[in-house]
Amino acid sequence: MSVKPYSDLRAAEIAVGVRAGQLSPVDVVQASFDRACEMGAGSDNLNIVLSADDEASIAESKELITRRDTATDLGLLAGVPVVLKDNIATLGLPTTCGSRILEGYVSPFEATVVTRLRAHGAQVVAKTNMDEFAMGSSTENSAYGPARNPIDVRYVPGGSSGGSAAAVAAGITPIALGSETGGSVRQPAAFCGVVGVKPTYGRVSRYGLVAFASSLDQIGVLGRSVDDAALALEAIAGYDPRDSTSSEAEVPIYRMSALGIPAPQAHHPDTEALRVGRSAVPLPPPPHSRTLEGVVIGKPREYFPDSLDPSVRELCERSLERFREMGAIVREVSLARSPLAIPVYYIIAPAEASSNLARFDGVRYGLRAPSVAGVRGMYEETRSRGFGPEVTRRVLLGTYVLSAGYYDAYYRKAQAVRALIADDFRAVFASGVNAIFTPTTPTPAFPIGAISDPYEMYLNDIFTVTANLAGVPAISVPIGRVRHLPVGGQVITTHFDEYTMFRIAYALEASLGREAHQ
Amino acid sequence: MAVTRADVLHIAQLARLGVDGARADELTRELGAILAHMEVLSQVDTPIVTPAPGVEAAGTPLRADSGATPDISGTLESIAPSMRDGFFIVPRLATHEDAAENEA
Repeated sequence: MSVKPYSDLRAAEIAVGVRAGQLSPVDVVQASFDRACEMGAGSDNLNIVLSADDEASIAESKELITRRDTATDLGLLAGVPVVLKDNIATLGLPTTCGSRILEGYVSPFEATVVTRLRAHGAQVVAKTNMDEFAMGSSTENSAYGPARNPIDVRYVPGGSSGGSAAAVAAGITPIALGSETGGSVRQPAAFCGVVGVKPTYGRVSRYGLVAFASSLDQIGVLGRSVDDAALALEAIAGYDPRDSTSSEAEVPIYRMSALGIPAPQAHHPDTEALRVGRSAVPLPPPPHSRTLEGVVIGKPREYFPDSLDPSVRELCERSLERFREMGAIVREVSLARSPLAIPVYYIIAPAEASSNLARFDGVRYGLRAPSVAGVRGMYEETRSRGFGPEVTRRVLLGTYVLSAGYYDAYYRKAQAVRALIADDFRAVFASGVNAIFTPTTPTPAFPIGAISDPYEMYLNDIFTVTANLAGVPAISVPIGRVRHLPVGGQVITTHFDEYTMFRIAYALEASLGREAHQ
Repeated sequence: MAVTRADVLHIAQLARLGVDGARADELTRELGAILAHMEVLSQVDTPIVTPAPGVEAAGTPLRADSGATPDISGTLESIAPSMRDGFFIVPRLATHEDAAENEA
């Protein structure tokens, strides 16, 4: 079908080829494994894959061929290989969360997102390395060693979904799933030069996602392009009765936004062509519209401080100029309470983590240390051996801010300021702004081992964490490079308006073209 | 509010985490340094702010607690370290006074 190597094929191109019988799902999956070997995805090099089962994946590919031959709908992601962050429950592969405490743990059920991916014909090929229990911004906190950035192995891939971002950047799969609590999809996407999406809180079911901070956690997607991410999100989004926080809001056809259609329309003439149904074949990546006429994009001054890396600022200004050239109005706005987001986040997230991680005590899951001093001693020994330094630090921090005498001063206060941060976003969107544009991170990727101070590491999330606190969707798109390292630009929209977010991201990607990776 | 070594040992106990002496000193410094950055929040005026239960104005939707439970009975044997008569066999705790005898 194509002379392109498999590692260059977009998800939609693979789906078209597999559905039409021009590509073999077995060949596609085998190509993923070959690419993983070629790029050194194992622990001796990039260290981005924690587990994989070649034979099981090939067997699943053959089932996909049977589905195709019996005229069963193969779905949006027919034959598309995908990797999953190792905190998403799978039946066949372990789910370790990058922790010793869950070493070898295999879940008895699978996450809803995995079921949906399979229903759409996607092929899970591996579970990826991550910061332990998603606590980190560099994937250095994994009990299985740090992952490395395929752009330059001396640098971190970001985190906590660093393995998933690196797998996409390395050309192993065109899409991957990660999870976000404070920027754990967008930040590694920016560091690895790929696209990363954090959907609205409630947009994607979290059933089967190992909980870190339940009021913030959300499963996100990574893709080589905006179209890959849009296709993947469309496949996994939607209400799930198994997750009480999931929303019943309808899932639009996100790829329609690539055509520049301002809002999702159920009966638009292009709708049926883009919707993948039993008898339809998905189009190749749609032409990207370069029109943003009438779109108002906010530039929040708090996200462009004097201390911002000048090269990052320059690339952001170039993107804003492209928005203007495409007809958008760029307006300076203020999200005045955003500078308080890191202190707020690092109170609320550890507090919730200290509760969620109480379940790992040696009784029900994974590791159990030999008891030396009764059941209490067993708990303490298991958790001390099983949790790494960052998880220990955050569990203690969370326990402290929830404990008697400190609850009001820290936890309650942080919740109140969180409400103010969310109010700032509401006010900006209510003023007629359709989207907000910011740098994804203050700097490009940093060298492995360069940051040892915990709070300095936390500051990596300074531009991403607000979207989690406010519950709004956000996407990171490559906007250029500083030296040889990728830089991401972030588009934030209001609750459940992923459609506008994708529309702007498609336009930016098309406008920048190759400049996004130079 | 400076974090003391006694605080660290107390919260470690609450969190069921074994923390030895040297690590307690280290954690006292680390947590103190992190919490110093949180003090900025005390300067924010929040007299009339009600912490929202959910991140959206509407909050988290309330629904009937009726989600289906997945049937995992078929997979239990394959994931359990050890089973007998449909029950999991779990390691004994050393606190059981008769553990040694029964193990024997």
